[in-house]
Amino acid sequence: MANLTINGKTFTLDVEPDTPLLWAIRENAGLTGTKYGCGIAQCGACTVHMDGVAIRSCGISVAEAEGKPITTIEGLASGSTLHKVQQAWIAKDVPQCGYCQSGMIMAVAALLSEKPKPTDADIDEAITNICRCGTFQQVREAIHTIASA
Amino acid sequence: MNKHVSPKMNRRSFIIGTAAVGTGLAIGLDIPFGGPAVVRAADGSPEVNAWVVVRPDDTVVIRIARSEMGQGSLTGLAQLVAEELECDWSKVTTEYPTPGQSVARKRVWGDFSTGGSRGIRSSQDYVRKGGATARVMLIQAAADEWKVPAAECTVAKGVITHKASGKTTTYGKVAEAAAKLTPPADVKLKDPKDWTIVGKGLLRLDTADKTTGTMVYGIDIKLPGMLNAAIKDCPVFGGKVKSFDEAKVDGMKGVKKVVKVGDSAVAVVADTWWHAKTALEALPIVWDEGDNAKVSSETIAKWLAEGLDDAQPAYVGNKNGDVKAAIAGAAKKVEAVYNYPYQNHATMEPMNATALYTADKCDVWCGTQNGEAAFAAVLEASGLPAEKCDVHKVMLGGGFGRRGMTDYVRQAVAIAKQMPGTPIKLLWSREEDMTHGRYHPITQCKMTGAFDADNNLVALHYRLSGQSILFSLRPEALQNGMDPAAFQGVAQSGEAAFGYSVPNLLIEHAMRNPHVPPGFWRGVNVNHNAIYMECFMDELAHAAGQDPLEFRRKLMGKNPKHLAVLNAVAEKIGWTTPAPQGVYRGIAQVMGYGSYVAGAAEISVTDGSKIKVLRIVASTDPGYVVNPAQVERQIAGSFVYGLSALFYGGCTVKDGRIEQTNFDTFNSMRINEMPKVESVMVPSGGFWGGVGEPTIGVAAPAVLNAYFAATGKRIRSVPLRDQNISFA
Ligand code: FES
Ligand code: FES
Repeated sequence: MANLTINGKTFTLDVEPDTPLLWAIRENAGLTGTKYGCGIAQCGACTVHMDGVAIRSCGISVAEAEGKPITTIEGLASGSTLHKVQQAWIAKDVPQCGYCQSGMIMAVAALLSEKPKPTDADIDEAITNICRCGTFQQVREAIHTIASA
Repeated sequence: MNKHVSPKMNRRSFIIGTAAVGTGLAIGLDIPFGGPAVVRAADGSPEVNAWVVVRPDDTVVIRIARSEMGQGSLTGLAQLVAEELECDWSKVTTEYPTPGQSVARKRVWGDFSTGGSRGIRSSQDYVRKGGATARVMLIQAAADEWKVPAAECTVAKGVITHKASGKTTTYGKVAEAAAKLTPPADVKLKDPKDWTIVGKGLLRLDTADKTTGTMVYGIDIKLPGMLNAAIKDCPVFGGKVKSFDEAKVDGMKGVKKVVKVGDSAVAVVADTWWHAKTALEALPIVWDEGDNAKVSSETIAKWLAEGLDDAQPAYVGNKNGDVKAAIAGAAKKVEAVYNYPYQNHATMEPMNATALYTADKCDVWCGTQNGEAAFAAVLEASGLPAEKCDVHKVMLGGGFGRRGMTDYVRQAVAIAKQMPGTPIKLLWSREEDMTHGRYHPITQCKMTGAFDADNNLVALHYRLSGQSILFSLRPEALQNGMDPAAFQGVAQSGEAAFGYSVPNLLIEHAMRNPHVPPGFWRGVNVNHNAIYMECFMDELAHAAGQDPLEFRRKLMGKNPKHLAVLNAVAEKIGWTTPAPQGVYRGIAQVMGYGSYVAGAAEISVTDGSKIKVLRIVASTDPGYVVNPAQVERQIAGSFVYGLSALFYGGCTVKDGRIEQTNFDTFNSMRINEMPKVESVMVPSGGFWGGVGEPTIGVAAPAVLNAYFAATGKRIRSVPLRDQNISFA
C-alpha cells in the first residue's frame, strides 16, 4: 500500500514500494496520459512534476514519491483552462503522433516555470525528450511564442 | 467538434473467407455511393454515402480508412472530402470505420493500408468522388424539397441556397432525404485551381487530446476485467522455446497465468503489466536457439561483401549500354564500397494489442498501419470467420512501417485464446521491441564510375549486395526471384526512378538474406540507395574536378523534375555564393514514392569529428500539396528520423540476436541536435506523390557530403558513432 498525491488528489494504491512511479500512475491510479517509452530514464515520455520539478517517473519508485505532490499531464490544466503550454501546442500544431507529447509538455512547463523566457541554449539544455516523429522545430517555436506572449 | 472517435455502426454481416482478406487485394474495390435503404451511423445520423455522415446539427462526419500515426493524413483526407463536399470545415469531425465493417460491405472503404507514403495519393481520387457525390445528393434533396431544378441551387459551407426564391437550408436538414437518393453515376471533380480547403495549411483535427493526455493509444486501452501480458520471444530469430519453469513465478504477486505463444515465445499474464513483466524476468526459459545463434554482424558483413564480386549472381534492375566495356576502356576510374546497417523503427509507443476472445467472437484493439492486415491476422490466429472478428483501430504512437506488421496482433490473440472471456492487453517492453523488430534491411554497395579523357562520366556500375524485404514479407511480389523494390531511387522508371543519364549503366542486386527479419522502415530502400548514389555522385564530381551541383546538373537534362527540386534547394541555400567561414555544404537528390526531393545541408565540424548541423533546406515536388503545414512537418521530421539513423542508429548482431536493447544503445536525436529545416514546396501538378518518406533519403547524404567538404574525408559506413563521429 502506498499513498500518492497526484493532481491534488490522494490515491491509496495497492502497490509495492519498489514499483516505478510510472506504472503506479498508469496502472494503479489509472492515469494513462503519462507514457512508457523506455523504462530507463532515457526518453522522457514518462515526465511528470514532483514538487514542481520535471522528473522521469519510470526512474523513481513509489516509495520515493510518497508524500510529494505529483502533477501529471491530466492535472496540468486549471479546471477547464488549459495550461499555456497546452494552448500553444494546439495553436502551433506541435504534436505529430503525440505519444511523446505528454512528457514533452510537462518538461516544457517545468522549464517555463523556472525560466519564463528561455534562450535556445536553455531549451537545448532542459528539453532532452526523444520525439521519434521529429517535432523539435515546432516545439522550439511554440516555446518562444509562449515566452514572448 | 473536430474530435476523432471510432464509429459503432450496426451493419449486416457478410461471410467471407479469410484467404480473401490476406493482403486486401483479392476482393475488388467496389464503392457504392449510398442507395435506397438508409444506412445509419451509431447515433442514428444518416450516411449520405460511405464517406460522409451528416448529423442534424450540421456536423459532418468524414470516414477515414487509412491510419493516422502522426503523419497528418487523417486531416489531409478529410480536407479532400470536405473540398468536394463544400461543407463547413469548422463542423468537420472524423471517424474510423472498422475493417470488419468494410469487409462486410464489400470493402466500401477500399484499402486500409497506410504505408509507402500512400495514405493520400492512392485514395485521393475516390475520397474526393465520395465528397462530390454526397454534395450532389444533398443539393438534390434540397431541390426536391423546394421543387426547383438542382442546377439552380448553390452551396457554400454546407448551406444550400436557391437564389431565385431566396430559400436556404443546411446539409443537416436535408441529409435524411439525401441518403435515400440514388447516387449520381458520375461526378466532376474540382479543378485544383479552385480548391479552397485543399492546399491550405489547416490545423490538424486530432491535436487537442494529444496535449491533455486523453488521446487513447493501444497502450492505454482499458476494458472491464482486463489482464496484462508481458512477452519474451526467442532472442535468436527463428529459435524456439524448449521449456520454461512456471512454478518459479507461480506465487509472484498478481500473476495469473504463464502461457506459451506459438513456438517461439512465452508470456506472463498478470493483474498489472508491471507484475507481468517482473514475473517474466524471473521466469526461467530454455531456448532452442538453432543454427542462427552462430550468426554475427561480422559473418553477415563477410557474406554481403562476397556478393559485391561480379562473379556472383545478381539481378539487373536498371541497365543501358555496356558498362564493363566502357569501364575497361575509360581514361579514369573511381571505385568505392559503402554499407548501411539494420535499423529499428523504435516507435515511441512499443508494440501492443488488446484482444478479447470468446468461442464466437474475437475483437482486437490496437494501433495498426493496416487495419485489414490486422483483421486477417485476427481471423487466422483466432480461427474464427470474418463476421465474428473485428479490429478497433486507435491512434498509433508512431508507425514508420513497423505497425504494418501483424506479429503483435497474432500474439495478443494467441494469448487471449488461452484465456477465453478475459480481455488481454499485450505490451512489449522497449527491450522486446528493440530486439524483435522488422529491421531496415542490411546492404553493401560497390560503385564504379568511369570517365573519358574530357572528364565526362561514361559509365556507372552500381552493385548492391544484401537483403530483400519482399523476399521475406511478400515473396509473391518478387519477379523471377528479383526484388524490384530493391532498386527504389535507382530504378529505370516508375515512382522511384533514377535521375541521371549515364551512357553505360548497370544497377544490380546480389540478393543475400540473413536470418534477421527485414521490414519496411520509413523510406525503405530509398534510404541506402540515396546514400550510396548521392555520396558517390559527390565522389565522382570531385574526381572530375567539378562542382557537385554542376556535375549532377549535366547528367539530369532528361529528368527535369528531379533537376527542378535540386535547383530549388541550391538556390535557397545559396549554393553559388560562398558559405560563411567554417560552414560547409552538401547536396543530394532522389525520387521516391512518386515524389521528387532534394536536400542541402550546412554544417560545421570541430576536431574533425563533432558535427553541428546548422541548416537544412529541403525541397519536394509531390505533384499536389494537400496541407503545406503538415508537409512541412513531415519534411522536418524526416531529418530527425534520417539523421538519428545516420548518427546514432545501426543494430548489430551477436550470437544471432540484436545487441541494442533500448535508447541507451540505440539513441535518437534531441532538440539540441535539431537543425533548422527550411522546406521549399514546388508542387508541379498532374501527379500525386507521397510525402512521409521520400525526404528521409536525402537527409544522410546531404550531411555526409557536407562532411567531406569540411574535412576531405569520405564516410562510407553508417552509423557515424562507429566512426567516432558525433553531434557537436
Ligand atoms: S519511459 Fe521514462 S524516460 Fe523513457
Ligand atoms: S510526436 Fe510522435 S514521438 Fe513525438
